Amino acid sequence: MEKSEIIDVSKDRAEKGHYVTPFLKGLGYTLGNFFRKPVTVQYPDEKTQRSARWRGLHRLNVDEKGDLKCVACGLCAAICPSQAIAMVPYEEEGKTRYPIKFVVDELRCVFCGFCQEACPKGAISLTEVYDYVDFSPKDFLFDIEKLKTTGRARI
Amino acid sequence: MNDFFIIPVIKLLVVFSVCLGFITYTTWLERKALGHFQLRYGPMRVGWHGLLQPIADGVKNIFKEEVIPENADKAVFVMAPIISITMAVILLAVIPFGEPITIFGKKITLCLADPSIGVLFILGFATIGSYGTILGGWSSGNKYGYMGGLRASAMIISYELSMAFSVISIIMVTGSFSLVDMVAAQHNLWNIVREPVAFFVFFISGIAELNRIPFDMPEAESELCCGYNIEYSSMKFALFFLAEYTHMFVFASLVTTMFLGGWHGPLLPGVVWFFLKTFFIIFICIWVRATIPRLRYDKVMKLEWKFLLPVAIANVIATGVAMIFLG
Repeated sequence: MEKSEIIDVSKDRAEKGHYVTPFLKGLGYTLGNFFRKPVTVQYPDEKTQRSARWRGLHRLNVDEKGDLKCVACGLCAAICPSQAIAMVPYEEEGKTRYPIKFVVDELRCVFCGFCQEACPKGAISLTEVYDYVDFSPKDFLFDIEKLKTTGRARI
Repeated sequence: MNDFFIIPVIKLLVVFSVCLGFITYTTWLERKALGHFQLRYGPMRVGWHGLLQPIADGVKNIFKEEVIPENADKAVFVMAPIISITMAVILLAVIPFGEPITIFGKKITLCLADPSIGVLFILGFATIGSYGTILGGWSSGNKYGYMGGLRASAMIISYELSMAFSVISIIMVTGSFSLVDMVAAQHNLWNIVREPVAFFVFFISGIAELNRIPFDMPEAESELCCGYNIEYSSMKFALFFLAEYTHMFVFASLVTTMFLGGWHGPLLPGVVWFFLKTFFIIFICIWVRATIPRLRYDKVMKLEWKFLLPVAIANVIATGVAMIFLG
């Protein structure tokens, strides 16, 4: 309610019948409410919008050629407060390093966003997905293939 | 034999089923209207916009387990909701629903019974119905229920006085106790114009008798954890609940009959006007519920004994004086 909508009961409470006019004003207010559109969002048929900074499930980003941007430096795994990220790097002579195994345990994750802040390449980011459900704890161990396709990435 | 037996039985079945259907859907109307007053939707999932919600509630109450607490007085515990619902439904017998209609050449009045004591019948049985509340609270063996029952009994007994006095003024204007006569006497001018103070007093006393917000003390949901019906589960609770809504329907019908001209109205048939006016009054009851907070218990008593009762008595005296001078 804005300030103009607050209904004052009279300041001198000893007045007889001081509640009648505020009561009638209250009746008018509720009747006005009756004709306004309700503010309820009928979840899950309608959903509200997340902000752009929302920290949801992880996603591994790819560059224009379709290769992972991740160079398996291990910074995200090192900074994660719940130790939810595990990776195994692989390097060949003359080629870029990349992870052959990259697993994020989404159930351990606290969605702090440190991993996306720490990453030097912008390879891992947190998406808008907040309502993921699955059947057993091991389904929540996201590997590289699953991480590439989670939701829509942050810019 | 035909006129004596078959027609009343058919009327009974029709009135009973139609009114109980309306009363069950009054619960739906209340939940939806309260929701919209509070900027939210009411029930939306069960059927289109929650229309099957009362049926779902009924089915749930049938399948739920009935618990009788150990401290409860068993016989009274079981009797209390029965008293409540029986007395509430009996009141439907004397309400005039519409003008007399003619089917197959027989003239049928649209009320189940037209005793010459009309309104006294309703006042009397409503009082017995309040026994259900009182006994329900007392027999629960629970101190919250007991408190709820005590408060309910004191409140109901007090508000019956002002209600009776406002009814007396209408009886004086009409000259008869019978409800059918009251409707007939209003074909020129509605009683609300002749007796506005009586309408005001009757409306407030009625809401208090119904134990509705703002006079919600006996079933203060947040304060007394539901008051007198705290220990009731499943069907017994549903009976108390239905008894309250039946009383609300009867109260709205009484207001319509005594003050708003009953079934009189321009174009539509009498029955339609009757139900329109009744549901308008029910809507106002729900509107008041959505707006004001609960009155404190001593304020409730103060309102009755220091304000409503003197106003009602003064109104009766004024009506008498006016009748002498205006004929």
